[in-house]
Amino acid sequence: MYFPLSHPWAEDETLGEHLERRGVTRRQFLKYCGEVAVMLGLSQAMVPEIARALQEQRRPSVIWLQLQECTGCVESVLRTADPTIGDLLLDLISLDYQHTLMAAAGKAAEQAKQDAMEKNRGSYLLVVTGSIPRNEDGIYLTIGGRTGQDVLMEAVQGAAAVIGIGACAHFGSVQSARPNPTGAVGIADVIRDRPVVNIAGCPPIADVVTATVVHFLTFNRLPELDGEGRPIFAYGSRIHDQCFRRAHYDAGQYVQEFDDDGARKGWCLYQMGCKGPATFSPCPIFQWNDHTDWPIGAGHPCLGCTERHFWDTMTPFYGRLPNVAGFGVERRADTIGLSLALGAAAGVGAHAIATGIHRARTRQAPNKEPADLPVIPTEKKSEEDPNG
Amino acid sequence: MAKVVVDPITRIEGHLRIEVTEESGRITDAWASSTQFRGIEIILEGRDPRDAWAFTQRICGVCTVVHAITSCRAVEDALGIEVPPAGGLIRNLVHGMQTVQDHVIHFYHLHALDWVDVVSALDADPAGTAKLAASISPWPNNSATYFAEVQDRVRKFVQSGQLGIFTNGYWGHPAYKLPPEANLMAVAHYLEALDWQRDVIRVHTIFGGKNPHPNFLVGGMASAINLDGTGTINAESLTKVQDLIKRARAFVEQVYWPDLLAVASFYKDWAAIGGGVKNYISVGEYPDNGQWRDIDSMYLPRGVIFDRNLNEVLPYDQQKVKEYITSSWYDYKEGDKVALHPSKGETTPHYTGPQPPWTYIQDYDKYTWMKAPRYDDRPVEVGPLARMLVAYASGHSDVKEVVNDALGRLGVGPTALFSTLGRTAARGVETVLLARRLEYWFDALVARIKGGDTQTFNGDHWDPSTWPKSAQGYGFLEAARGALGHWVEIQDGAISHYQCVVPSTWNCSPRDVNGASGPYEAALTDNHPLVDPERPLEILRTIHSFDPCMACGVHVLDAEGHEVTQVRVNG
Repeated sequence: MYFPLSHPWAEDETLGEHLERRGVTRRQFLKYCGEVAVMLGLSQAMVPEIARALQEQRRPSVIWLQLQECTGCVESVLRTADPTIGDLLLDLISLDYQHTLMAAAGKAAEQAKQDAMEKNRGSYLLVVTGSIPRNEDGIYLTIGGRTGQDVLMEAVQGAAAVIGIGACAHFGSVQSARPNPTGAVGIADVIRDRPVVNIAGCPPIADVVTATVVHFLTFNRLPELDGEGRPIFAYGSRIHDQCFRRAHYDAGQYVQEFDDDGARKGWCLYQMGCKGPATFSPCPIFQWNDHTDWPIGAGHPCLGCTERHFWDTMTPFYGRLPNVAGFGVERRADTIGLSLALGAAAGVGAHAIATGIHRARTRQAPNKEPADLPVIPTEKKSEEDPNG
Repeated sequence: MAKVVVDPITRIEGHLRIEVTEESGRITDAWASSTQFRGIEIILEGRDPRDAWAFTQRICGVCTVVHAITSCRAVEDALGIEVPPAGGLIRNLVHGMQTVQDHVIHFYHLHALDWVDVVSALDADPAGTAKLAASISPWPNNSATYFAEVQDRVRKFVQSGQLGIFTNGYWGHPAYKLPPEANLMAVAHYLEALDWQRDVIRVHTIFGGKNPHPNFLVGGMASAINLDGTGTINAESLTKVQDLIKRARAFVEQVYWPDLLAVASFYKDWAAIGGGVKNYISVGEYPDNGQWRDIDSMYLPRGVIFDRNLNEVLPYDQQKVKEYITSSWYDYKEGDKVALHPSKGETTPHYTGPQPPWTYIQDYDKYTWMKAPRYDDRPVEVGPLARMLVAYASGHSDVKEVVNDALGRLGVGPTALFSTLGRTAARGVETVLLARRLEYWFDALVARIKGGDTQTFNGDHWDPSTWPKSAQGYGFLEAARGALGHWVEIQDGAISHYQCVVPSTWNCSPRDVNGASGPYEAALTDNHPLVDPERPLEILRTIHSFDPCMACGVHVLDAEGHEVTQVRVNG
């Protein structure tokens, strides 16, 4: 956990000095750096460099803004898997503003943020969970009497890097689903002058967040990102290609109904609507909650929550993906992308803004557009051979 | 008279603004304003009802299972689906562990800093802390060496000058009453609870694949049971669950509950502060047989208490639930003075507040995104206190035993429950009981498996071709923060209307047409101190005692022209 109290790190101390004072041995530290290298997909030859860079780090200030959201991403970070990794990684930061945990409230809280922004201008990390509601001049979210967008743009100015955590910061998530009543958008839609990292997922796995922070501190730059702004080390492979039920897919062994014989044998969930073939996510590799399990492992199809607009493109969640076969593990999200998705994502945002709140206000009946709804062959289980 | 604003209220879920007026150290009036709106229900319209649990689950990631289960119940109600007992028991285990974990996180990480002065822990004698801890608990981690280590960390942390999440806390405020030794004990357990909460919630991962936002399924649960299988609920995963339940119970009984009583014993004056509204509702929870409509199978009973009268528990009638928008940023077709039942609910957002940035919201007639639900036209408090009061007044033997024990140890009478402190204590009582009950549900699940009943899912009405052309239903659930209800209407295989009435909507509700305040506002004006308006610690105490969950409270938005003409009424 990133609870700084458990490992106080003096302001002018480097991490190396800090760890030495804490009694962490060189061997323990290198082992830890090795684990991070594995997570980041780096060669073990990079371990000394990671170690050197981390040792020279001073504790950076982190300002964490919570916008239009459900707090699930904060909870996910609270569940950071390995205590050693969590302690070490999140001890790398001074968490100067974070609504869910901070002691101060109201004016005192806002003052803490102002002080941290001034003192660390140009060097603090800005972490954001939640989306920006743009309809009605942003009055669907205010903090301290200011709109969410106003609060965000002020904090962006002095940030060294912006890391969005979760589907809301990525693209607006559930509140941006059709018809998007509040005009919710991801933060990259309002931050135009710098890259935004998207730790995608609803919520994402916390270990991806911590690995991204380490990458930034080690190399003084963000990790390589895909077209969605997602770090490739975590989102570079498809669930379908890493899934331990994949052999059943290849063997044509499918769950036909929940709790059937196939379900009790752990067979492939493709027929039940699994979106693993269209989803780029580290779930099967990192797994959840201290490597306890993951959604497909526990018998439920993947919802595709690391993909943009999955609430519209991956629904109905129990509808089977069409046309899965025919590409290999070398493909990345940028090239496969949403070609597999169920419905067309294009136009969702515009549609939403045009029809959301205004429609409700003017008291018109909902203007459903059938052509815009996902069309999925949900109940045609035996129609085609998915191995095609 | 001074106007005081606290925005953001931190250490809660979501976005909440509190404004009060203060005179001579007392709060004279209060306004609770919810400042975020998302609108989930209109998004549900036209979608597959089997997907609704996932959408509504994202209303809140803190109480991350309660909307999902309630949504499944509502859809199952509409489609006439009975969940198999093993599936129901798994839901109880998931929901029960959620509530236990949520309550402990609330106490240590959201609420404790209102009562515990972190900086004061530096002055503690670790041996004294060890003695105090040993006097109230057999918890093994209670040595003087251990507390000295924690204190050393705190000292170095404070000396570092980078206080992180403790920056600008109200340390040294005269309202902090704990001796340094007790502060040190609480700080140590704050840290231990961080590890514990991460650990025990893995029950969700085993049955639902992840936490937050584990997976659910209309008709049961997706995790199939096969003791000889891989990738299924098997002997290994059941053993893990059993172990996690044991660990949950041990921490609750040996750390959380003794800490709560120890802290409370220094703040007994708060048993006469912050009572607020005098009416309480519980819709009942934890059906032993998986059938939530069978209220006789509920572990915690359903009922209504009016005017703090513990001698009478009234039956709950959901037809008496109505919502006002008199003080809320919405329009009703028939104007601001009427109240509507959720099945006829309208939510037409219409913002009339000042353009941001604003200074005071109390100067406006409408001041929040929360509606004002009322029961029989009265404001009502929901949550652990309401559940424990309804159970206590119903003669629930487990609840009476733990409540009476706590009251006896604190040397206060039952009226002490109607307060800020009572709310916090009731949450502890419930946690103790549910941590025990988890073992009961686990044993019941194992007994079923032994008897050959491993069915977790009922697929009779999974296929939409088996659904009626139109159907309506609703589901209730007692979430960690109180009574929750979802109402759904299905037309031609798709959702045509969806509405939720949520715990924090009850508790954070604004003034209604009669000028009656909701529970937060009423509590803040009930014998409530505010010594230093610049450091509003007392406001945080009372607001946090409700455990606000604002994203849950504000999400309502249904389309015009869709009125439910018939709602099935059960018990």
